[in-house]
Amino acid sequence: MASRPRTLYEKIWDAHVVERREDGTCLLYIDRHLVHEVTSPQAFEGLRVAGRRVRRPELTLAVPDHNVPTTARLGADGTPLPIADPESAAQLAALTRNTAEFGIPYIPATAPAQGIVHVVGPEQGFSLPGATVVCGDSHTAAHGGIGALAFGIGTSEVEHVLATQTLLLAGSKTMEVRVEGDLGPGITAKDLILHIIGRIGTAGGTGHVIEYRGRVFEEMSVEGRLTVCNMSIEGGARAGLIAPDETVFAWLEGRPMAPAGEAWDAALAWWRTLATDPGARFDKSVVIDAAEVEPTVTWGTSPEDVAGIGGHVPDPDSFADPAKQAAAAKSLAYMGLAPGTPLSDIPVENVFIGSCTNSRIEDLRAAAAVLDGRTKAPGVKWAIAVPGSGLVKRQAEAEGLDRIFTAAGFEWREPGCSACLAMNPDKVPAGERCASTSNRNFVGRQGPGARTHLMSPAMAAAAAVTGRLTDVRALMAS
Amino acid sequence: MKPVATIEGRAIPLGLKNLDTDVIIPAHWLKTITRDGLGKGAFETLRAEPGNILDDPEYAGAPILIAGDNFGCGSSREHAAWALADLGIAAVIAPSFSDIFSGNAFKNGILTVALPQEAVDRLLEVARDHPVTVDLDSQTVTTPFQDRFAFAIDPFRKHCLSEGLDEIGLTLASSAAIGAFERMEGRPWLVPSASPANVGLNGTIA
Repeated sequence: MASRPRTLYEKIWDAHVVERREDGTCLLYIDRHLVHEVTSPQAFEGLRVAGRRVRRPELTLAVPDHNVPTTARLGADGTPLPIADPESAAQLAALTRNTAEFGIPYIPATAPAQGIVHVVGPEQGFSLPGATVVCGDSHTAAHGGIGALAFGIGTSEVEHVLATQTLLLAGSKTMEVRVEGDLGPGITAKDLILHIIGRIGTAGGTGHVIEYRGRVFEEMSVEGRLTVCNMSIEGGARAGLIAPDETVFAWLEGRPMAPAGEAWDAALAWWRTLATDPGARFDKSVVIDAAEVEPTVTWGTSPEDVAGIGGHVPDPDSFADPAKQAAAAKSLAYMGLAPGTPLSDIPVENVFIGSCTNSRIEDLRAAAAVLDGRTKAPGVKWAIAVPGSGLVKRQAEAEGLDRIFTAAGFEWREPGCSACLAMNPDKVPAGERCASTSNRNFVGRQGPGARTHLMSPAMAAAAAVTGRLTDVRALMAS
Repeated sequence: MKPVATIEGRAIPLGLKNLDTDVIIPAHWLKTITRDGLGKGAFETLRAEPGNILDDPEYAGAPILIAGDNFGCGSSREHAAWALADLGIAAVIAPSFSDIFSGNAFKNGILTVALPQEAVDRLLEVARDHPVTVDLDSQTVTTPFQDRFAFAIDPFRKHCLSEGLDEIGLTLASSAAIGAFERMEGRPWLVPSASPANVGLNGTIA
């Protein structure tokens, strides 16, 4: 093996190369494959048509999340309730059928372990440091938070992984996002990643794998790291990584699907060698001053349209790039916002706390800490809290968080992707705003005509309480 | 897959930067278990605007789409590529593409052509009234006005596209190498002692 210093990404990549082709593309072994109901039916159909089998069914784990309603799934007698939308029901039935036919481990919608793929993977110890993890979903980048090389793939690639347990890939360039200093009080992982995307732009990481470096990440919880890496794709990057450390190892040990005993010790020994070597070179480097990060929200229809909560809606003419001027003007028209409006004057009618970005226990605790003893403002018509998995939900209920949410006027839901993507019954009405902890503020993302403002769980809770975008630090002080 | 050679015809001069896959095909169209018929939902929000360029009869049946920077960003949904294919789009020209979209397009025989912004601007202008030609073999985009823009493409992708190859079939030819990799020692992360059996078929946790 080459002795030149290597980055974390290069070490994981090199350890998974099955064959290197003349042109530099590699057949890369895939250790872990997550499957959900939306991007897999055509892949299974492809296997059937070609008469192909699944090479290693035990390395794939399937769980429905995108389509499932977040209302009660079991009737009073404990039997599963029917899903009203026939197309959603058909997609779920197809996943049940396909996983049974091909022998793939499957967590059905009614099971206690069900949840969003990117919450379930790390939670079960299925996703591991140093592993290659793929899923037909762009937010697979999340698993980089525990040190996995994880990226989203299309359905043809899902089929390719099922059939061969490999992908044919050209390597990515490496990009370092180095955060210097410490985050201020009340500033979260979500504020930081929104700030980073604002700096690098939605195409800033295209063709690259980002490694997030700096003391901030070393001191960050696993949940926070998953949030940061989750949104790497919003910066255009194929994947995001944070070097796995003792915090991650302690978090993973004893999880149901994680290695145990001697296998755990052997894995641990390897995981401890994964950090980027001193002197390793990145193709691109960006330095962020942590002290500059405010509670951050989006004002437009691209995740790069961010500003600190103390700021204003920008004037499109203030951007240097003419294409960006046009895009910003279009965004503001869609969002119904006038340039110069203070962000803290923007009212919201809906609040969504959930999604693969922010639905873990720490996210629910942060929101509940703000909501405790408070209620949602009269102008807030709909507020929902959607745990990322059944296990997160159970934990939150054991801590009494569900009662804080419901006392504040929130609906406490069953796990799923929910209002992140307008595929299930949880949608934001046209023309209304939503303070949302999800990852995309695209046109129509939360429903046709819906206006999304992305922010952290604590900030979304603050918006629920005041009925407008609000600096949560003011509520924390009181 | 059908082999790709020369794509010639009208090109829809759409422009627009950061066209995400939620715009190319909104999520409610994703509740399908087949690849077919998604053209109906393609660019639904843009096509809801009266006089939109996508429904302009001038460009009916156009095999080429010209867009702005970072085309296909966002969700990994391959439905975006299926929807474009269903519309009859065989090539997309833009200054840059998201990594996942360009992979998905390739798997469906759609050529993604990345050209510098100046070249794309020129093509947007020409395409208003004239055809455009994308030639995979010579890796060029040409117009009736002697414009000639060379583009780069990964040699493997070019080979697969021009031969119409099935990538899974190609990889299965490496089955022995994959098996050897799986049997290598000292790779604890491969050992499925990560007992998936602990999560049973009913989703219970042992």
